[in-house]
Amino acid sequence: MNNLNKRNKAEKRFKLYGISAVIIAITFLFVLLFNIFSSGASAFKASYIGVKIEIPSAMNIDEINSRKEFKRQVLKMFPEVETRSDKRALLSLFSKGAIYEFEDLLEQSDSNGLDGYYWFLAHGDLDMYIKGTVERRGNEAGRINSKRMTFVDALREQNLIQLQANKYLLSSADSREPEMAGIRGAIVGSLYAILIAFIVSFPLGVLSALYMEKLASRNKFSDIIETNINNLAAVPSIVFGLLGLAIFLNFFSLPRSAPLVGGLTLAVMTLPTIVIASRSAIKSVPPSIEEASIGLGASKIQTLMNFTLPLAMPGIMTGTIIGIARALGETAPLLMIGMVAFVVDVPGTPLDPSTALPVQIFLWADSPERAFVERTSAAIMVLLLFLVLLNLAAIYIRNKLERKW
Amino acid sequence: MTELLYIALFILASYSFMVNKGRAASLGKFNTLHSQPYYHGLYSSILTFLPAIILLIFWSSIQNIMTNLSIRDFFVDVSDPGLIKFYIDSVINYSNGVSSKIIEHDGFMPAVEKYSSLTYTSTILKVIVVTGLSIILLRASIKVVTVDFKARDYVESMFTTLMKFSSVIAIFVTIGIVLSLLFETLRFFATVNVFDFLFGLHWSPQTAIRADQVGSSGSFGAIPVFLGTILISIIAMLVAVPIGMYSAIYLSQYASETVRTYAKPIIEILAGIPTVVYGFFAVITVAPFFRDLGDKISPGTLSGESAIIAGSVMGIMIIPFITSLTDDAMNAVPSSLKEGSLAMGATVSETTKQVIIPASFHGIVASFLLAFSRAIGETMIVVMAAGFAANLTLNPFESVTTVTVQIVGLLTGDQEFDSAKTLSAFALAFVLFFLTLILNIIALNMVKKYREQYE
Repeated sequence: MNNLNKRNKAEKRFKLYGISAVIIAITFLFVLLFNIFSSGASAFKASYIGVKIEIPSAMNIDEINSRKEFKRQVLKMFPEVETRSDKRALLSLFSKGAIYEFEDLLEQSDSNGLDGYYWFLAHGDLDMYIKGTVERRGNEAGRINSKRMTFVDALREQNLIQLQANKYLLSSADSREPEMAGIRGAIVGSLYAILIAFIVSFPLGVLSALYMEKLASRNKFSDIIETNINNLAAVPSIVFGLLGLAIFLNFFSLPRSAPLVGGLTLAVMTLPTIVIASRSAIKSVPPSIEEASIGLGASKIQTLMNFTLPLAMPGIMTGTIIGIARALGETAPLLMIGMVAFVVDVPGTPLDPSTALPVQIFLWADSPERAFVERTSAAIMVLLLFLVLLNLAAIYIRNKLERKW
Repeated sequence: MTELLYIALFILASYSFMVNKGRAASLGKFNTLHSQPYYHGLYSSILTFLPAIILLIFWSSIQNIMTNLSIRDFFVDVSDPGLIKFYIDSVINYSNGVSSKIIEHDGFMPAVEKYSSLTYTSTILKVIVVTGLSIILLRASIKVVTVDFKARDYVESMFTTLMKFSSVIAIFVTIGIVLSLLFETLRFFATVNVFDFLFGLHWSPQTAIRADQVGSSGSFGAIPVFLGTILISIIAMLVAVPIGMYSAIYLSQYASETVRTYAKPIIEILAGIPTVVYGFFAVITVAPFFRDLGDKISPGTLSGESAIIAGSVMGIMIIPFITSLTDDAMNAVPSSLKEGSLAMGATVSETTKQVIIPASFHGIVASFLLAFSRAIGETMIVVMAAGFAANLTLNPFESVTTVTVQIVGLLTGDQEFDSAKTLSAFALAFVLFFLTLILNIIALNMVKKYREQYE
């Protein structure tokens, strides 16, 4: 009896280990996601400073030197400020982007004059203080020294510092100034790259799967192709980057840092995934349908094109989307082909230098500026959003369109 | 110009499809034709499009290579090959209007002129030859439309060839990987002894850039790098194997159907998260956590680059590989074995330990091997969270480096392509490629074995 108790206890213990392992694994996931989301959410807002702008309608806007005029308008709010260093401290609370915003404002006003409070982007140092990323110690907070702090306090008293939606994050490319840095360039670069990867790898993968599954005779050669594809699927992604570097850049002299090369490299990487998924989808099409088609006089190729392929398509698409999602999150091969440059423009064509979303995350995570931490998390949130959308599409196709025979 | 050419070819192909389909349709009643009009159209459009497009792509790549070679002559006095590459890129960028940067070198402006004129002539020639070829083939294909013409057979055989070609691409990729790595690796071994590389104990790839520079000549003993890789991978396995194994056991032996349908996909999300996210997580969350823990025991024991940080985060990443492969292997064990054991009075845990695990042993080991090969080849986590300096140590609290960190470090940033430093990255990648390949082949054979055993 004693023995049975022991065995039952061992049984319970074993089950407990199992449950805790599952819980630990799931906890890791939630800790990871919670960390990213809690630190990234704040990046979707940015600090803006309200400035009272008064420009009479009689003034010719073309004649205004926007930089000087902006300074004048800001200093007007604090008439008591006299020394140069105080003035500089006040102006240093604004981002470089504030001048551009002021220029836009002038253009929009259509010579009607301006009167009232307008909001301008604050400097990254101030932004971090407002969001509480850096703590206040006495009269200082991080890079906000006591001189700057007097202005910050004065502005806050009048409620002239506010958190508003961050216009820059999703609409501009990378920048040295954290408050002006955005991920648009990276998103466009990534989209070009995965588009090219899809265009190249999808037809090749599907055709190759069709051939291997339906036409190839089983011999030594088809065995080699099969093992080869299975092994390619497990090659570390960085090796594909070296392949891209050696073949596309050094041999074919394609432009460095271009999404075209990134896309080709990712295509080579995704190809095995697509072939394997397509083969299993093609295999699951019942032979009776094909035999019926052949029996009615269709040729082998007509049968494949008109029956096998359309019926296998949902499965093929599911596999392809998952492969493309993996390519979208891939960083290492893109580092090898130089998509790691600091690019301030949104790429116009797949031949322009560009980064990709995961590479942008890597670059920002490496940056010593603390203000980039929340932006890195925000970029990760955007990347994860794209991945979730792709996977939802795959799940939808699998559940709605895929037929079980 | 080239974009227009692609569009022109496309238009020609569509035109030839329409024309030939129409001609075939007008030839006679449906049943007198050997092939349907559609196939006649397809035949002609393939003939118009395919050779021309192949020629175009071929020409463009040759043109790239040739122009690069010809402007190289302007910089013969430059000895550093990396600098030549940089000059050539600048010439190309300047000519294409990408950048307006002018290099201070006598050969720069002549090179720009030469490049522009060469590209211009070549592009003009390309347009003439490619469209010419396309039009000639279009005219030829229009002539062959007759009642007996076997358009369908030709189209189908072309299609089969295309499919054959696609399936051979994978082999070309493998050959491409091996050749591109092998080529550079052999050049590396021309300067560094193979045995020094494989068995040397000191790794510091910094070579002197100028001859007069004081500094190390670079030493390429890769043992510290390999050891660091293995250390981090073993830490990762120590995290992933127990969690992954027990999760798989719970999910396959104990869990109800509902728990299984939710828990398994959630765990598999861990595998879908990009590795750069794990790297960021390691730097921002895990590194401070371990550092604080280390400071409590004795201050300064842990740096932010300790092997245990990168290793444990990598462990989290590979949990789902082990869970789902082990789960598959356990589910493949015939239920008769399991039920037999339970009927004899064994508890589920005893059944698992003494029947299920031995019966699915091949599959479980295969999952470990695949996870280990994944850990060895993983790049971003270690690039962000592990060190670059190669320390010869097995202490998990010290900073070590890995093969992939070295490859990234040596090949990003300013590089001279022919120095031993950059070539060593290819040698490391070669070793990495073969190691993962061997692990993978063994693992796949094991999976095959258990499949054959039970199916």
